[in-house]
Amino acid sequence: MVGIVLVSHSAGLAAETVALARSIAGADVPLAAAGGTADGGVGTSLDLVERAIRAADQGDGVLLIADLGSSVLTARLVTEPGRIVLADVPFVEGTIAAAVTAGAGAPLEQVLAAADEARGFRKLAD
Amino acid sequence: MDIGFFVTWFKDAAEQIRLRRDHLTELDAAIGDADHGVNLDRGFTEVCKALEDWPPTAPAQALLTAGTTLIRRVGGASGPLYGSAFRAMGKALQDPVTLPGFAAAFEAGVVAVQRLGKAAPGDKTMIDALAPASRALTAATQEGLTPYEAFHRAAVAAEEGSRATIPMRARKGRASYLGERSVGHEDPGAASSALILGALAGVAVKEATKEVD
Repeated sequence: MVGIVLVSHSAGLAAETVALARSIAGADVPLAAAGGTADGGVGTSLDLVERAIRAADQGDGVLLIADLGSSVLTARLVTEPGRIVLADVPFVEGTIAAAVTAGAGAPLEQVLAAADEARGFRKLAD
Repeated sequence: MDIGFFVTWFKDAAEQIRLRRDHLTELDAAIGDADHGVNLDRGFTEVCKALEDWPPTAPAQALLTAGTTLIRRVGGASGPLYGSAFRAMGKALQDPVTLPGFAAAFEAGVVAVQRLGKAAPGDKTMIDALAPASRALTAATQEGLTPYEAFHRAAVAAEEGSRATIPMRARKGRASYLGERSVGHEDPGAASSALILGALAGVAVKEATKEVD
């Protein structure tokens, strides 16, 4: 199953988004949170991101979803084409779409495509 | 420019950043999240410690150690950005280090920052200080100036580039969320880049004085 790592400035935001995605997509989707700095502050930690990737990686690839600024920059540093990819999507919506698709056993490019679709999803359109 | 030159550069840059920490944080408080000074101070302090704990065996290695430490130890955007710059410089730098070689490696560092942050000149970022510094360095090299003169020109170009960010509207980073309200403030990343270039010019003065002795 494709793993999903959430990179956020906030430990709470990353952890709660993982919990929300698990409640919708199922407990067996390998989701991992990398939020805040290693000492619990606001920011991004490469060590936490690498640890989360190891935790979520089952050999089928890992999708990274980042919130803002340094989260995006740090995530970009660890991408490996075809294996660890960064999605350019809204944090919550992209995570849910990716988690549901990963839970259905889809390969990495389909999980990324599902997350991408979430970017254009309108909440108030007719 | 030997290993000692690069270690002194990082030590002096760390010192400059420590002295101007509160100023950088004030700039960041105006248009960002008020952590630039604190983050960079911690990062460069860790760089000095890493260079003592693992003494580099070549100038390129000093840059790689500094870059990796900044990427790992700075929680804000400046960590990956400066870290990538120094790592790209380290990868491009040939030993022995000549002024043209340094200028080419510096250019590679600036390109790495632009690629990672996807920022262009005029976006109100550290690129607005680093790109003019790189151009000044390359031009000085072509004119056959001494390292001291070349680094001095690069530092002046970075300083002018940083001041030029004041009227700009931010298009990258946290400041971009402020829109028009970002106008009228110097970009903290450009300001810290000018400090790092200033430290470089300072080291070159020390080296030049040493030769006279």
